[in-house]
Amino acid sequence: MPDPALLLEVNDISLSFGGVHALTDVSFSVRKGEIFSIIGPNGAGKTSMLNCISGRYQPNKGSITFQQQEMIGLRPNDRCNLGIGRTFQNLALFNHMSVLDNIMVGRHHLLRNNFLNGSIYWLLGARKEELTHRAEVEDIIDFLEIAHIRKAIAGTLSYGLRKRVELARAVALRPDLILLDEPMAGMNLEEKEDMARYVIDLNEEWGMTVVMIEHDMGVVMDISHRVMVLDFGRKIAEGLPDEVMANPRVRTAYLGEDDGPSTTSAAAGEVA
Amino acid sequence: MASAHSRMRCGEFRTNYRQDTTIFPTPLARRVAVVSVLLLMLVPMFGSAYQLNLLIQIGYYGIAALGLNIVVGFTGQISLGHAAFFGLGAFSSAWINSTTGIPVFFCIPLAGLMTMAVGLLVGIPAGRIKGLYLAIATLASQYILEDFFARADWFTGGSAGAMANPFSLFGYQMNSDRSYFYVVLFYVVIMYLAGTNLLRTRDGRAFVAVRDHYLSAEIMGINLNKYRILSFGISSLYAGIGGALFGHYLGFVSAEGFTIMLSIQFLAMVIIGGLGSVMGSMLGTVFMVLLPEVMEFGVHLVGSNNSALTQALAYIKEMAIGLAIILFLIFEPDGLSHRWKMIKNYWKLYPFSY
Ligand SMILES: Nc1ncnc2c1ncn2[C@@H]1O[C@H](COP(=O)(O)OP(=O)(O)OP(=O)(O)O)[C@@H](O)[C@H]1O
Ligand SMILES: [Mg+2]
Repeated sequence: MPDPALLLEVNDISLSFGGVHALTDVSFSVRKGEIFSIIGPNGAGKTSMLNCISGRYQPNKGSITFQQQEMIGLRPNDRCNLGIGRTFQNLALFNHMSVLDNIMVGRHHLLRNNFLNGSIYWLLGARKEELTHRAEVEDIIDFLEIAHIRKAIAGTLSYGLRKRVELARAVALRPDLILLDEPMAGMNLEEKEDMARYVIDLNEEWGMTVVMIEHDMGVVMDISHRVMVLDFGRKIAEGLPDEVMANPRVRTAYLGEDDGPSTTSAAAGEVA
Repeated sequence: MASAHSRMRCGEFRTNYRQDTTIFPTPLARRVAVVSVLLLMLVPMFGSAYQLNLLIQIGYYGIAALGLNIVVGFTGQISLGHAAFFGLGAFSSAWINSTTGIPVFFCIPLAGLMTMAVGLLVGIPAGRIKGLYLAIATLASQYILEDFFARADWFTGGSAGAMANPFSLFGYQMNSDRSYFYVVLFYVVIMYLAGTNLLRTRDGRAFVAVRDHYLSAEIMGINLNKYRILSFGISSLYAGIGGALFGHYLGFVSAEGFTIMLSIQFLAMVIIGGLGSVMGSMLGTVFMVLLPEVMEFGVHLVGSNNSALTQALAYIKEMAIGLAIILFLIFEPDGLSHRWKMIKNYWKLYPFSY
């Protein structure tokens, strides 16, 4: 029976590449308004899971429903139009465009102008529409504190800034569900704190449901409402952060048997 | 407003998004552009027939080159069949005019639309194939269209060619170079403004997104097939209008002119001018049209009585084109527009250029 509180339902997803089973019978669901984290060792299938949800990969079996609608078979751009946005683990910005244009691309599905009225910019409302959206993009730029680089060419920015621009671009889509693939990877402590704050704001103030992959256990424990653990393509645990961390299977698979309960962040450093 | 932080030259401030999204980067650039067009309007009064002819050529080739740049430079596709679309525009305009009697004034945009329709058809495979395969597919369209030109007597006059009536406006025939120059200038301004606008709005950004990272473009809601095909369509529209202007200028269109050689010259224009730059398309065209003239001038200067050299002139011109492409690919792969930007930045920051 469909539960309207469930924004995303993933049922029995399996995905393999040749002989490699990236995902095996994975099921979980995400409630509206949640921050849901996916953790697991390298190669566990976390990114593959996001790729199935955003439409980059077609799973071999299973179903994914978003707002009670089946996603399997839809193109990635259709899923975007329905309200799924994402960022990438390995940066995927439009490197020759300015930061501003990158973020404006995020408005693509919300804009109505096209090559016909776009090319007569001043005459049939394209300018007005572009400027309205520009103002919204500026709000996002202010929120993510990247105003100083808005004219910079994306490909010339530092890694941390590019991660932030990528987040801005995904936010510009105004998705109901935002998928974040390791948003804090490669950042220093201060940048991580900023990023964690952005994620919380997106969730609480912008009303986005968040599915996040993250290796930093400290952050995961702090900001997630629920956590799922993948290992070798299978789900081995799901629940509240504390429950999951106490689960012996998780400790074996992810944190390593030797680690005591108080050394979670050290263990995270090891796998990050 | 926040946008005032943007780094601009001293004394230039933008206080709202509207000022920040103008078609020209600075008010100075806008003034320069307006003044250049005004100065060009004076050319028919003072310029020689030779200069007018060169400028008209630069005009219609420049329009077609911008079209090619949209598909190659901005969308990151490849097209080896641009000359065929240029030819299709020339034949279409002549044909529409002679069969329906619609005034040439309207036939030029109609020919553009007709060429665009064919371009959209040819673009369909482009939605699915990439790289070398796409190159071959567009090469095929070049040869298919060439073959069509040679066989379709009803449309092109076959081997005899087709007559293209002169341009007329309100009964006033504009068949001298002097008056036709204004027609071409008008189209250049319109098509370049439209192109610049296109590229700063939704669909233009989508083209560049598809070029830069098609997988993430798709995740951002961009329909890859649609934009790859549309890009071919718009590029053909430009080729068609350029071709139509060419046809009515010469008054006669024959199939031999639209070979793969011309397609390659169009590619040279956008590579030399700068892939992904609107103004680069024009700079590259100027370069390509003037290069053979400069060669000729040079040859005459060195040895007007050296008959071997004069005889070799045709080869020298061809080789110069090839050499120019190679030199640009090696030394200035970003094209003339990039060089121009560097020079501009140098002066903008002068004397603190480092
Ligand atoms: N496109 C692909 N082709 C072949 N194998 C793939 C592909 N994508 C993922 N895999 C394989 O699927 C498995 C899961 O990879 P995935 O990227 O989902 O892991 P991950 O949990 O995101 O790891 P990490 O923490 O390193 O990002 C790996 O064994 C990987 O090699
Ligand atoms: Mg991953």
